[in-house]
Amino acid sequence: MPHQQVKFYQTGTLTVGNRLLDKAQRTVQATMDRSNSLDSGHRACQGCGEALGARYAIDAAMRATDNQLIAANATGCLEVFTTPYPESAWRIPWMHSLFGNAPSVATGIAAALRVKGRQDVRVIAQGGDGGTTDIGFGALSGMFERNDDVLYICYDNQAYMNTGVQRSSATPGSARTATTMPLGAEPGAEFDKGKNVPLIAMAHGIPYVATASVDRLHDLEAKVEKAMSIRGARYIQVFVPCPLGWGSKPADTVKVARLAVESGLYPLFEAEYGELTSATKIRRKVPVADYLRLQRRFAHTLKSETQLARLQAVADNNIRRFGLIDEQGD
Amino acid sequence: MLKQIEGSQGIAQAVARCRPEVICAYPITPQTHIVEDLGAMVKSGSLTDCEFINVESEFAALSVAIGSSATGARSYTATASQGLLYMAEAVYNASGLGLPIVMTVGNRAIGAPINIWNDQSDSMSMRDAGWIQLFAETNQEALDLHIQAFRIAETLSIPVMVCVDGFILTHAYERMDIPQQEQVDRFLPPFVPRQVLDPADPISMGAMVGPEAFTEVRYLAHHKQMQALELIPEIAEEFKSIFGRDSGGLISNYRTDDAETIIVTLGSVIGTISEVIDTLRDQGQKIGAISLRCYRPFPKEVLREALQACQRVVVFEKCLAVGMGGIVAANVRMSIRGLNLPVYTVIGGLGGRPITRKSLAELFAKAMKDDLDETTFLDIKCDIVERELAREQAHTRSGGAAENILREVGVVDAAKTA
Repeated sequence: MPHQQVKFYQTGTLTVGNRLLDKAQRTVQATMDRSNSLDSGHRACQGCGEALGARYAIDAAMRATDNQLIAANATGCLEVFTTPYPESAWRIPWMHSLFGNAPSVATGIAAALRVKGRQDVRVIAQGGDGGTTDIGFGALSGMFERNDDVLYICYDNQAYMNTGVQRSSATPGSARTATTMPLGAEPGAEFDKGKNVPLIAMAHGIPYVATASVDRLHDLEAKVEKAMSIRGARYIQVFVPCPLGWGSKPADTVKVARLAVESGLYPLFEAEYGELTSATKIRRKVPVADYLRLQRRFAHTLKSETQLARLQAVADNNIRRFGLIDEQGD
Repeated sequence: MLKQIEGSQGIAQAVARCRPEVICAYPITPQTHIVEDLGAMVKSGSLTDCEFINVESEFAALSVAIGSSATGARSYTATASQGLLYMAEAVYNASGLGLPIVMTVGNRAIGAPINIWNDQSDSMSMRDAGWIQLFAETNQEALDLHIQAFRIAETLSIPVMVCVDGFILTHAYERMDIPQQEQVDRFLPPFVPRQVLDPADPISMGAMVGPEAFTEVRYLAHHKQMQALELIPEIAEEFKSIFGRDSGGLISNYRTDDAETIIVTLGSVIGTISEVIDTLRDQGQKIGAISLRCYRPFPKEVLREALQACQRVVVFEKCLAVGMGGIVAANVRMSIRGLNLPVYTVIGGLGGRPITRKSLAELFAKAMKDDLDETTFLDIKCDIVERELAREQAHTRSGGAAENILREVGVVDAAKTA
């Protein structure tokens, strides 16, 4: 995203006040003519990170495409809480088909638009981490490999929330889910399992891959906008806390997301054609315990030095691997 | 224009003349030649305004077609056997969403044991998925049915599956009349979708429907199929007036006037059955056959009328409801309920076993004397089955049944000495 030197942060947050930015750089949500693509009245839980992320992402995509957008949605929370028939919170052409086929449906939409000469209309596919990293993974890889003109957005809340918080391949080590209970010698999800889909997306050599987090929505908007300026397969994975599944306070959603980034557990980066092009620096590194403490899914880790150390090692490894902290400091 | 070509090529040429806009291709025997030919047409530029997409699975093939059809593009794909099962979730979804996709199924057995040859278990597994199912008797009809399929699908806004016997039709070289583009254009107007994803008029498709409306939605799917019972013969008539050929419709009769015994079947086996009937008719036997050209919706009334004057019905089917018997026979029995006609089920041609005139002649001779079991497996080798059952009785670890039977029939030894 374009950076502007600013001196004033909102108290305690390091968030730049929107009013301090140039008009062109202000959030889409600050404009009166925003599309409200995901309208109010939907049935997401209080503090839902996915609803927040989707609203910012889709409105940004709408601005970037001059409101010429069609979305395909995988089965999951986002689908269920937005479209309980006969209501729909979507103010864009939107389609839900199945859990595992959103990337393919989006490919079909893009193909139809191409054959009809409507290349001004752009296509987004979206789903949760279960729909993306597990059941829809084959379809996602196919869409990437063909370099179809689709932006796929994965809202990553690290488990199957819609079905009642079961483990997915995006669930981090030690996390409690309904299928990885904090029992036995190694409580919670096992370490050294799961997959890193942004890195796998990069391995497909697609034009654009990014990770984002709902603690910095402006950054998310900028990444979506950038993605929409590119043709071909693109992938953005957004970190979206789930108060219900994580046992965090609804009011803490943004705080939890920020601590995930600032601890190094959720590295934010961009890549083009398989090459890392930028990584968001951590401004004030925090110990992982600060992040874990706000979530009941990690409660047992605070009592286990081994687990705590392993989680800290994951964060430190991310910091080293993606260069999240400058040697000289900020 | 008359051409001597492979069935698959004929189907591809018919599909091309329907001006498809999106074609999804995933290889599975025996439908591969159809999409290969279409791919070549798009690549060479002889089929224009069409996107040909090589996808990574059958599940994706139909899912891409779901997306493109919902965006207003005439969409086509083809599959068979395991492929149809792999896309099963999308098969139900496409019909639930009311998307007029046309799909060829090159009928093939389902494993295990894996088997690439023809029977109709694959299409039958999707008989209740909400698609219209048309069965081709010949390659000419396969070709013609595809043109009618787009028309039926788009008129009712439901998908149509054109079922074509694998290898027997898909790989057979025959003389076919390839229609002129101008004729097809006259018969098949451009696709006007009932609902479409369009930024100018945003809609939500595929919303969640609870108990308060689900029954009505499902009923409407059934109602549309009932409408299809009226529409399919009308479209076949119109087809005849433009193309001059009798293709499609609900059923076809072969020498059923005054027939005491009627064979009911579907697909290409009607060819062999007709020949046997000719011989028996020459001998003065009163026997005829009915081919179900449309299996879903099931033409209950028409079939009942066609069967009510006969004395017995033999249903010959290339599929098996394991634990029950005939699949088609169950439907036939439903349609003649109360007529007090014996219905014999014959399961034949499974996994490509040849259906010979000799076997059929013997079978029909027995049927005409009411000397058939309720369910008969044509040409089954009972001794082999008995010996395998004995092995299973004797040893707990008797090994895989399929492998044991292959050893028994000599295939394993033959392979060793080859």
